[in-house]
Amino acid sequence: MIAKNEIADTAKSGLGIGATALGIGATIDAVREAIIEEKVSATALAGDFYDRIRREDPEIGAFLTLCEERALAQAAQIDQMAAEGIPLPPLAGVPVAIKDVMVTAGVRTTAGSKILDNFVPPYDCTAVARLEAAGAVILGKLNCDEFAMGSSTENSAYHPVHNPRDKSRVPGGSSGGSAAAVAASMAVATLGSDTGGSIRQPASFCGVVGLKPTYGRVSRYGLIAFASSLDHIGPFANTVKDVALMLRTIAGRDPMDSTSADVPVPDYVAELEKPIQGLRVGVAKEYFGEGLDPEVRAAVEAAIQKLAELGCEIVPVSLPHTEYAIPTYYIVATAEASSNLARFDGVRYGFRANASNLSQMYRETRDGGFGMEVKRRIMLGTYALSAGYYDAYYLKAQKVRALLTRDFDEAFKKVDVIAAPTAPTPAFKLGEKVDDPLAMYLADIYTVTANLAGIPGISIPCGENHEGLPIGLQLFAKHFDEATLLRVAHSFEHART
Amino acid sequence: MRVTDKNVAYVADLANLELSSEELERMLRDLNSILGNINRLNELNTDDVAPMAQVSDRYGVDDARQGSERSAYALRADVKEGLRPSLPHQAALKNAPDTDGTFFEVPKVIER
Repeated sequence: MIAKNEIADTAKSGLGIGATALGIGATIDAVREAIIEEKVSATALAGDFYDRIRREDPEIGAFLTLCEERALAQAAQIDQMAAEGIPLPPLAGVPVAIKDVMVTAGVRTTAGSKILDNFVPPYDCTAVARLEAAGAVILGKLNCDEFAMGSSTENSAYHPVHNPRDKSRVPGGSSGGSAAAVAASMAVATLGSDTGGSIRQPASFCGVVGLKPTYGRVSRYGLIAFASSLDHIGPFANTVKDVALMLRTIAGRDPMDSTSADVPVPDYVAELEKPIQGLRVGVAKEYFGEGLDPEVRAAVEAAIQKLAELGCEIVPVSLPHTEYAIPTYYIVATAEASSNLARFDGVRYGFRANASNLSQMYRETRDGGFGMEVKRRIMLGTYALSAGYYDAYYLKAQKVRALLTRDFDEAFKKVDVIAAPTAPTPAFKLGEKVDDPLAMYLADIYTVTANLAGIPGISIPCGENHEGLPIGLQLFAKHFDEATLLRVAHSFEHART
Repeated sequence: MRVTDKNVAYVADLANLELSSEELERMLRDLNSILGNINRLNELNTDDVAPMAQVSDRYGVDDARQGSERSAYALRADVKEGLRPSLPHQAALKNAPDTDGTFFEVPKVIER
């Protein structure tokens, strides 16, 4: 593991193979085919991506740590296989990067927090291990809001991320680095995590595709826990097909995570080409109410019209409890976070403050190690769980969560997917919402529902506003029906281009 | 109900957080603003609604099974041999802020 600034000057020369054509907006298949046809080696390609990161990332801030040694070792292995004529795995040589909330053996993992500034995990997250086993080359670890708590990546304890589409704006959050790295072609695909919209909202803000799978679809072993009943791992890429390839690789039961479901993994890529004529697309008025930016509304309504032209039947549905999703989410998520983050006490790993007794050591460690938003959420969650308030807040929120889930169960009796905006506005300016936590929380208004209900959701680009800022179309599907979700998204994407 | 500065200090104590007076003040303001929004949940009558803590016991499981049988797939067989080895001792200690090589070391717990 090498810290980013240390490798900035280790120039790679003499590669001689022009992989630049693959650099911008490259797809997984393009990379794999180029390697099979020996147009480029995995090693040269990784070098090109590192060159690009060194050139572009100082102005974007997507990466926290680069793991060049590990990447080049993997690339060399792929090149060896290609030279020996061994059939290459599905992600052979594909440069990917990982949100820094997933642990990587021997590679520093911070969760965007100073409390884990020096933490070098002893094992790999299952999703990361599965990508590498499928041939992917892991370039490094991506910036995010501290412990994935935030909607703009401004809560990173290291530095903010700038949206590659407009550097004065946020990339969204909390997986802002994951979205920005794909948008700036500093990785072909990335992994993020989504607890209340942290994959879909940044995908929307940066103009890329982001998928939150069904709860239980992807193992969370090695994901640093924020809110365990809401946390998901999922992919970002430039195309729906690449997201399908990534999902196919990371999905499926893992004995190391008892919440990973024992449900067969279909071939999501093969399913993409099936027709969508006759599928029913639900539209809920609750997702088009007050607070929705008029240009976002127009773009999403045009996208729904496009789905109708593609042969889908548009069906009005009702999700009546949607307006209660944000308050429900901010109780459930913070209550779980207050419990999960109790482990950061300075005893076994991470930062420790010097103090003369144990109790003071815990307090000063947590005070010095956690940022303001993390402390705020721990406080809110602890309050909601404390004696006298448990019934009024936590139990109440769990009951409303059941109502929100029931809304989706009823709607999916009538439709196959539901279409909605991903976020109420395009990317906002850096600094615009940092002093108003409630305004920041409301940026998640259309995404938290899928986490509470556990259903899959995807964000795909569907247009731009008058300033050229990307707008995302969000689609939801039934539990474990990512195949239909991806198929509709793929058809829409191809009808646009 | 509004959060008071007393509540904030008490909760900070429960959460093992040492907050500066400036942070306490900001926390009081932010918690009241956020809880003001959260109190809207009381508009809903949930008397007959069962609380939902998890998604995973509702979907993706064999509906013919009931109770703990529903998540039986998550249990491994009870075996004496062939278990996955634990993390080696030295690997587990590698990130320790303070260790004697065998244990994690912490400041004195009991004063005498």
